[in-house]
Amino acid sequence: MAEYKGVIVYGELIEGKLPSITTELLGGGRSLANELNEDLSCVLPSDAVGDGPKEAIAFGADRVYTVEDPSLKEYQGDAHIQVAEKLARETSPRIILMGQTSIGRDLAPRLAFRLKTGLSTDCIDLSIDPETKLVQQTKPVYGGNAQAIFTCDIMPQIVTIRAKAMSPIERDGSRKGEVIPMKIEMDTSAIRTKIVEKVREKVAGLKLEDAPAIVSGGRGIGSPEPFKTTLKELADLLHGAVGATRPPADHGWVPEAMHIGLTGKIVAPDLYIAIAISGASQHIAGCSGSKTLIAINKDPEANIFREAAFGVIGRYEEVVPAFTQKLHDLLAK
Amino acid sequence: MPDMNMIVCCKQVPDPEAPPSVFKVDTAANKLSLPPDMKPVVGQYDEFALEAALKIKDKAGGKITVLSLGNNIVRDVIKKTLAVGGDELILLEDDAFEEGDSWSIAYALAMAIKKVGEYDLIFCGRESSDWDAGQVGLGIAEILGIPAVTLARKVEVTDGKARIEQVVPDGYQVIEVNLPAVITVTSELGSLRYAALKGIMAAAKKQPTVWKPADIGLEPSQVGAAGRIAKLARLFQPVKEAKCEMIEGESPAEAGANLAVRLREAKIL
Repeated sequence: MAEYKGVIVYGELIEGKLPSITTELLGGGRSLANELNEDLSCVLPSDAVGDGPKEAIAFGADRVYTVEDPSLKEYQGDAHIQVAEKLARETSPRIILMGQTSIGRDLAPRLAFRLKTGLSTDCIDLSIDPETKLVQQTKPVYGGNAQAIFTCDIMPQIVTIRAKAMSPIERDGSRKGEVIPMKIEMDTSAIRTKIVEKVREKVAGLKLEDAPAIVSGGRGIGSPEPFKTTLKELADLLHGAVGATRPPADHGWVPEAMHIGLTGKIVAPDLYIAIAISGASQHIAGCSGSKTLIAINKDPEANIFREAAFGVIGRYEEVVPAFTQKLHDLLAK
Repeated sequence: MPDMNMIVCCKQVPDPEAPPSVFKVDTAANKLSLPPDMKPVVGQYDEFALEAALKIKDKAGGKITVLSLGNNIVRDVIKKTLAVGGDELILLEDDAFEEGDSWSIAYALAMAIKKVGEYDLIFCGRESSDWDAGQVGLGIAEILGIPAVTLARKVEVTDGKARIEQVVPDGYQVIEVNLPAVITVTSELGSLRYAALKGIMAAAKKQPTVWKPADIGLEPSQVGAAGRIAKLARLFQPVKEAKCEMIEGESPAEAGANLAVRLREAKIL
């Protein structure tokens, strides 16, 4: 029987660059590998990996497997599973880390079921049990109302990790590592899906994930307009972006790309202003990493006040314009 | 085109929209301890999955079989799936099905789907509203050896193919897949329709079919807790320190202005 060793990060490449989730996985994977005294590898499946391998090494990988094939250009589960399965079977890793992204959500369960091993999705913390050497996998459950720690004694142990849950190590361009090009004969007949059209929904302004401040609205906003006026004016003043909870996105008041929460975007800005948001656990899951959370809500019992550092009770239509105006005056001084 | 045979997997869960204060953990038993009068609901994403199947049935006809795995499944709750237009309800219900993980649940559902026999489309919610794992739909597809498309916000069937709008981070993409296939559905598809009175009356008269592990060719040791791969080591609730500083004023507007002053003072802005 193969001996299972090492940690592998399933890397993503967006326009030839490592997205923050991949550098976060490399950071988290680096600490696990150090603790186990084993290697950290990163696989980069793409049509062209570019500077990806160099960057993955600079962010902590000891080894990078590259897989270049035209069928890997756009993510399709049936193509990427071939890479993930072959890599797992040939390199026998102890741990496989993926991001809780649209790719990881789709690929990790396929891989776990194909390898007949366990998977914990959306983990926020991983640690090694010193006795068993198994990974203790902490993930929020019941919409964030509780947390569970899972272990799995079948190898490899597979987890997906929530954005912002781990920190990248400082980039070091002088780190040395090995780059191994993997030849995989892709079976295109096994790709049973076809992407026939791509539609981008443009969100004006800053990307939510990059915004230093986010002004976010909930069901209590009541209609699409205030997202473009009251909330937008405050966000502009803060050089930030506008976000939303799930109901405004489901009602079509805002594009889905603005949805922050368990099944939307995970953000961690310096400042998060939650307006007319009740504070359901599913939403808190998407913004609990924010440095300072401010809540404005007319309901004094709203759960959001349990999460906030500062709160104002009142109708947002009255509170927010006055807040924006005063802040504008103070910042102009 | 012959009528579509559709299967929708629906799970009974504690109401995820219930206030966070009702979710308490019995740490000794590693279990959630909920108020006894709290009624379970059909998982919210499973409801969207059912709506996806109903939309196809509206247009092209077909049969919808609802599958639900668990124990002590409340008939009033799960029969909602019939009241809105589901045709048949099969419950995998037994003590042995309790406390399964994604693996043992997907395996039992896949065996039940094989027993149902005829299927073109299998719909699941993108994830359950209790363990939030998002694995079962893809697991069923792997076990049955059929394709899967995740995060659907719209599903249509034409010429023996499904055409799916799949949510991606910056919008959506249209995917085509041959049938049979598994499709997992996300909230953007739209809420489950309300049941008409006629539907509720008809559902009240229907009896669900109940299958035990042996009915789908499985030993009790292969299902539920005994069939798990992932071990639950601990269930807990992190301690939260509530320390929200409330900013007041003569009017809501004044409170808003005072908030700006306070944030400047605290050097947050």
